[in-house]
Amino acid sequence: MAAKRRETAAIGLLWGAGIATLVILIVILAYILVNGLPLISWHFLTANPGVRGQTGTGIYSTIVATVAVTGVALLVAAPLSVGGAIYLNEYTKENLLRKVIRQAAEVLAGIPSIIIGLFGFLFFVIYLRPYTGGWSVLSGGLALAFMVLPISLRISEEALKAVPAELREGSLGLGATKWQSITTVVMPTALPGIITGLILGAGRAIGETAAILLTVGGALSVPHSLQDPACPMTLYIYNILTEYNDTRTAYGTAAVLIIVILAITFTTDYLMNRYTRKLKGL
Amino acid sequence: MSGEIEISIKNLNLWFGNFQALKNINIDIQKNAVTALIGPSGCGKSTFIKTLDRMNDLVDNVKFTGEIMYKGRNILDSDTDVVELRKEIGMVFQKPNPFPKSIFDNVVYGPRVHGIRDKKTLHEIAERSLKGAAIWDEVKDRLGESALRLSGGQQQRLCIARLLAVEPDVLLMDEPASALDPIATSKIEDLLYELKKDYTIVIVTHNMQQAARVSSRTAFFWLGEMVEYAPTIDLFERPQNKRTEDYVTGKFG
Repeated sequence: MAAKRRETAAIGLLWGAGIATLVILIVILAYILVNGLPLISWHFLTANPGVRGQTGTGIYSTIVATVAVTGVALLVAAPLSVGGAIYLNEYTKENLLRKVIRQAAEVLAGIPSIIIGLFGFLFFVIYLRPYTGGWSVLSGGLALAFMVLPISLRISEEALKAVPAELREGSLGLGATKWQSITTVVMPTALPGIITGLILGAGRAIGETAAILLTVGGALSVPHSLQDPACPMTLYIYNILTEYNDTRTAYGTAAVLIIVILAITFTTDYLMNRYTRKLKGL
Repeated sequence: MSGEIEISIKNLNLWFGNFQALKNINIDIQKNAVTALIGPSGCGKSTFIKTLDRMNDLVDNVKFTGEIMYKGRNILDSDTDVVELRKEIGMVFQKPNPFPKSIFDNVVYGPRVHGIRDKKTLHEIAERSLKGAAIWDEVKDRLGESALRLSGGQQQRLCIARLLAVEPDVLLMDEPASALDPIATSKIEDLLYELKKDYTIVIVTHNMQQAARVSSRTAFFWLGEMVEYAPTIDLFERPQNKRTEDYVTGKFG
């Protein structure tokens, strides 16, 4: 009987541990949304933030800035990560170089984002100033690309690895070249995984603060070129809290940020599910 | 049984790393006939067939010596264009491996990667190939459907059709019916009977009845060696080698 009671207790504790994740998520989301949603209006989304502490107007330029730096990060990281994954998985045999590159991706993923930011500051903002414009969308986006790259490289590689060897053999056996096999059979089959990797990377970029703190500049006007400084939503939340103690606007911005991230997650899930089902002929 | 020779294999040795998988193989493959390769698992018959279109090149650490003469050239030469070779010598795999694309896109996959773009030509190729693989009547009204919705036997015949569309001379089949039920298997065997009129076929099988039914010559492989190679009826009824006899009479397997 004691054993049975212990079993019940264990299941209860494990259930609690599993449920904890859900509860924590719901509490955070609810807290932010309850405090932030009332502030969201058409005006809040389309008006620019006031300058010098005149807050509570809108966050338009910060939304533009987030889209812009994330776009730059993806444009740089996508070809590098997908190309790198294809090279690793399709063109190298299991050798030292492959292990080293894979390890490098893991180490890169583990570098604290403030250090990526520091490097971005020294390299993109100071050293490459003539090209990047110093603190700018470009500098921030490039720093973020370093954070997106390892995530999406690793997930792309897994997606490619999951493509059955029989499909490659089938294609090669019909006299297709390796590159033809990759573009017409392997890539389409691995696409849902590759896109998921990029989206997770994008989510990382959208949510990142430390890496852009030192690189993007924080200007509240709408950036008109890649060399203009800007202030993405995360940095805006940080700035108005630390400089103006404006919690209301911070909650409002945070709510928008969370809605954007949730929307991206669910839309991607839905589209990839549909694509996978179509691929499987369902 | 003295037909024209399509492929002549001389002193073929093959290693995976330090393991010698094929030991001094000598076989002449006859044109427009079915040659069966039998033997217990791990005897090298699949490795052998994959050498004929250089699919073993995909494996790490593979080494080979000897010669495989086909159309006056040695397939094993390092300057062989394996992409071109595989258009002439095609393979059907053990597990049906249709691409996750429509039936039509599967059949015309080969012609497309070889540069044929014209819709009408592709449709003609598709119809001819699907008819050649005896699956046209079953799929002609649903060419746009995913190939993955077909049954296993249909998928395998689709894979054969996909191969015929490339117009090869030689069909290599690595246990093409081992994953199929008896009815689907007999359809594949009927198909082989038709195909051998136009193609040279080499088939690996672990099923001796199947070898007896479909092939005109059979080779018995054992531990990487080719033990005996003879007209199928002789090999089964009057095996010259003790090991062949033990195998075909079911003493081991």
